Order: sequence, then C-alpha cells, then structure tokens
Amino acid sequence: MPSTAARVVLVTGVSRFLGARVANTLQADPGIERVIGVDTVPPTTSLGRTEFVRVDIRTPGIARVISSAGVDTVVHLSLVTGQAGPRAKAKELNVIGTMQLLAACQRSPDMRKLVVRSSAAVYGSSPRDPAVFTEEDEAVEAPAHGFAKDTAEVEGYVRGLTRRRSDLTVSVLRFANFLGPGVDSPLTRYLAMPVVPTVLGFDPRLQFLHTDDGVEVLRRMTVEDHPGRFNVAGDGVLLLSQALRRAGRPYVPVPAQSIAAFGELGRRFGGMPAFSPELLRWLMHGRVLDTSRLAAELSWRPKYGSEEAFADHVSGRGRGVLLDRLASVIGRD
Amino acid sequence: MDAHHQEPFDEVDGARVIPIRPDAADPSPPPPSPRDRNPVEHALASGLSFLRRRLTGDYEVDEFGFDPDLNASVLLPAFRALYEHWFRVELLGLENVPAKGGALIVANHSGTVPLDGIMLSVATHDHLDRPLRLLGADLVYQVPVLAHLARKAGHTLACPSDAARLLAKDELVGVFPEGFKGIGKPYGDRYKLQRFGRGGFVETALRADVPIIPCAIVGAEEIYPKIADLKPLARLLGLPYFPITPTFPLLGAAGLVPLPSKWLIRFGEPMPLADYGPEAADDPMTVFNLTDHVREVVQQMLYETLLRRGHPFL
Repeated sequence: MPSTAARVVLVTGVSRFLGARVANTLQADPGIERVIGVDTVPPTTSLGRTEFVRVDIRTPGIARVISSAGVDTVVHLSLVTGQAGPRAKAKELNVIGTMQLLAACQRSPDMRKLVVRSSAAVYGSSPRDPAVFTEEDEAVEAPAHGFAKDTAEVEGYVRGLTRRRSDLTVSVLRFANFLGPGVDSPLTRYLAMPVVPTVLGFDPRLQFLHTDDGVEVLRRMTVEDHPGRFNVAGDGVLLLSQALRRAGRPYVPVPAQSIAAFGELGRRFGGMPAFSPELLRWLMHGRVLDTSRLAAELSWRPKYGSEEAFADHVSGRGRGVLLDRLASVIGRD
Repeated sequence: MDAHHQEPFDEVDGARVIPIRPDAADPSPPPPSPRDRNPVEHALASGLSFLRRRLTGDYEVDEFGFDPDLNASVLLPAFRALYEHWFRVELLGLENVPAKGGALIVANHSGTVPLDGIMLSVATHDHLDRPLRLLGADLVYQVPVLAHLARKAGHTLACPSDAARLLAKDELVGVFPEGFKGIGKPYGDRYKLQRFGRGGFVETALRADVPIIPCAIVGAEEIYPKIADLKPLARLLGLPYFPITPTFPLLGAAGLVPLPSKWLIRFGEPMPLADYGPEAADDPMTVFNLTDHVREVVQQMLYETLLRRGHPFL
C-alpha cells in the first residue's frame, strides 16, 4: 500500500458551501475509506457517506477526532472571510482554529498529508505590486488586518508544521475569489448590490475561480501528492468595469474616501456588505495571479476562465434591463 | 457576438492572445458592405459599434489590463493631434526596431510631464503597428484615473518581474532609466542624461535575451521648461517635484498647454546581448559596463539629433 494514498480524510468547514462540495466529491472516490467532516454547526445539506462530527477546531477535541479515527489526510477549508459576524470571532476561528488543528496534525502518527485552503489575499493589493503574482512573490505591503492577515498567519503556522514534520505532504492553495452558482462571499454580496459602487478613478484587474474548478483542484491535491504552494485562478483577466458591464449591472463611481462611509450606511440600513479596508484596496488596485505552476504540476487547466466563471455566476441572477436595452438600440446598424 | 470569447486559452502562462485590432477579427456578421455607404454613415456606424462594445463589456484585456480596443479608439487618437500637428514628431531609424519579438527600447526622459512616453507609444502604434509597453513609476499607479488609464494603454509598473513577463510574451517594452531624475531636471540641464538607475533594465534584457534599442527623444525638454521647483509644496502633495515654468502657474490652466516644440525621435541600432548570455545578469561589473555603454550611446544620439533639429520651435 502506498503510504501517501488518502484513506481517511478529514474535511474542516464541512457545513459551509466549499466544504460540503469537497466532501461530496471525495466520498465518491472509492479509494478513500472514510470521509470525516467537522464543523461547529450541523450541515444544511446531506453529506452522503461523509461522517459528520460536530467539533470546534479551536478546541483540543479535534485532536481526539484525528487520533481516534486514524486520519491520514486533512483538508483544511474552514478559513472564513468574515464580515458575516464580528471580526474578532472570524479571526479566532481562522487563526486559533488552524493552530489547534495543526497541533493535532503534528501529534498524529497517522498523518500523511495536509491540504490548506489559503487565499490570494496574502499578496495584498497595492500600487507598488507587480502586475502578476507568482508563488515566490511576497506582499510589498504586508497585510495588516482582516482576512488577508489571517491567511498570512495561517500560512506561517503551516510552514512551521512543514518544518517540524518534514514527512508530511503539504499543499497550500492560494485561491482567487470564488464565483459560481450558490457562492456567498463578501464579493458576491458586493456584486449583488442594486447599484454597485466602484472606486472613482480606479478600475482593478480581477480574476475569478469557478467553484467547480476549485473543488477539482482540492480533489486532485487530496488524492495525489503535490506538495508546495500554488496559485489557483481562472484563466484570463476582467476589469471590474468590464465585468459589471457584461453582467449588465449598473454601477456608480464613488471617491475612495466616501465609499467606506457609503458602505457603512448600506451595511447598517440595507443589510449590504461593509467595505473592509482590504476589499477597498482590492477594488482599487486589483490582483492577478500567475497560475502556470499549478497548470504544470497538474497538467490541467481550469474549465472556466475568469470570464466564464463570472458569466456563470451572474447568469442565475438575471441581467439588468436598462443597459441591455441601451446596447441593443445603439447596436442596431 | 460573444463567439470569440470562447476561444481556448492556448498560452501556458494564463495570458490571453489579444489581437492588436480585435474589431478586425470580430466574427459577427459584417454590416452590408460598408463601401456602399457614404463615409459619414460608415464613421457613425463604427462609432456606434465601438460604443456598443464598451457598454456591453465586449472587449478583452490582457493580464496587465491592456485594452487594445480603448487604446486604439480613444487614448491614442486623443494624443495623435498633439503628435502630428503640435509637436510635428519626426521619426528616424524606424528600421532599427524589430517588427516582431521582444525588444527593450531605452530612451531619455524629459519634459516635466511624461508626454515623451505617450508620443513614443503613438509612434510605435502608428508607424510600427506594435503597441509599446512602458514601465512606469509606482506614483502613476497611485493617482486616480491615471492609474487605470496607464494600465489600459498597456503600461505597467517598472519592476523586474513585469518587464520579464512582457518580454517573454515578445512585447516591445519601453523604459526610461533616468526616472524622475530625468523628467524633473531643470531646464538648464536639458539634454544632459542623468544617472541610468541601477542598471536594472540591462539585467532584465540580459535575462530575457532581447536586444536593447537605444532611443533619443529630442523636443520634450522644451515643452514645459522647468525653471524652479517648489520643494515644500511637492512634499505636501507627495510629488517628486512641483515645477515652475514660464507659463505655469503664472497663466493658470493656460500654463498647462505644452510649448509647441519640434520633436525628433531617433531609434538607434539594436544592441544584441546574446553574446553575454543570461548569466551575465548576475555579474554586476558587466551590468554596470553595459549600462554605461547604453547611456553613452543614447547621449551621443541625443547630441546628433539635437544638431539635426536646429531651432527648437521651428
């Protein structure tokens, strides 16, 4: 028996969208004996043969699950982008949860492999960054707060574990923003606003990843050995203005100083997303990833480019009528 | 109309192949023989179809944010009048720029406002049919409006990884190694090359194995003669300098009109670096020597072209 083949897989954050999708994909693989899903809340959808264990990864309970089930592969997906609840709670879940999980992994003699869902947010967004990030690039301005800082810290702890347990196969995946039917994130809530505010004088370059492709990458990383850090994003680049035009969504450029206040009002009275400083920076300077390392490692390209992922995301929501009509009027030649 | 968006992505680095003129490759059914129409109607139709493309987002950008459609239809035409009628730019040594393949144009920088970069990109677009990808200071990407227009015009930040990426895609890359020292120098120092940075451009060209094309731009020095510099105000605004010219700020907004100097842009013979090999990029002495050599060549070309021009405004 090859020592690195995944037999017992533990998926964290299984009650959330990505976790549930990954667990469902992994349990369809006959080579995997058991799939164990953990989360703090029970799953809303059926998980099939995935065994659900309600455990908070911030507690030592997770170590007992890992050792008693003889888990050999951990797929860590429970990083939350926050914004739904208080920031301190999200940070606790991300950073303390990961520390506790990694401590349990280090202890367990059965552990073979760790797959971590990280984020392209580790690169930050600034006008002094290179146009395209490779895995070797580091943020010019290190993320100082929010989700980006969490991911940077999580990656730091993962590096620590890799150092101490050199026998583990550790894959860190830096995902671009997920889009696709059913995805709920600060980005999708932003895009769903009735009139989308953009930052006056800036038009960021954006990349999106379709969840289908994200799940496929996570599956490949789990059942095969691909150690290292990898950028994961759909091919191609969209400008924010272009994406919004294609979606037929009306948008209004707002000066950067007032957009935060604007967003705060929307959050308080309209249940809309708040503009965290990192979202604001991303909306100003954007971020593009070089995905050639992943493509070479897996000999695989995402099925959906950034553009198709975006189109698939908005297709379920219906285009705005006004722009369509305007375009069809002047397009008649 | 979305048919050409479904093209397979055939480049390994995730970049899209962008046709230089995407409207020419548009597979949508052509309007019934445009020759039958009168020119006004034709212009109106193409203007409307451009507007429709903009409104529906039906255009492509590359990973740097370069938008060839917008660049060719809006950004360059805005400066073409300045290029043709105000500065009356004359090009010399155009045959020295390769028609395809990566190359690094190294030019002098002057004029207080970087119009020389814009004129150079009009020149390569109109006369070589190649978009120029300039490497700019990070200040450009902090300023609202300028930040995204610079990217849409095909330019990017001056950093080794962006330059290497562009050259690997066989693009024509332009760089002003003098940076702010060159563009912000006082009028009295005109046509005197400043220090050529730290030779990063030579390292990049060596690693990418592309020729360096020296380029002398004559005429930009006279457009906004900088006679003084308000340093405290510049510091307050976060600018590298705050220029005082004979007309600015004396004449207010009218002082922003550049003086109509006569421009000459000369491309020198390509300097092939293949003999050195990419490993020479790690040898600082070779890099310093090559940097000095390029600087001397550009300086020499500047003096020659200056003599050839004669009167600065005629």
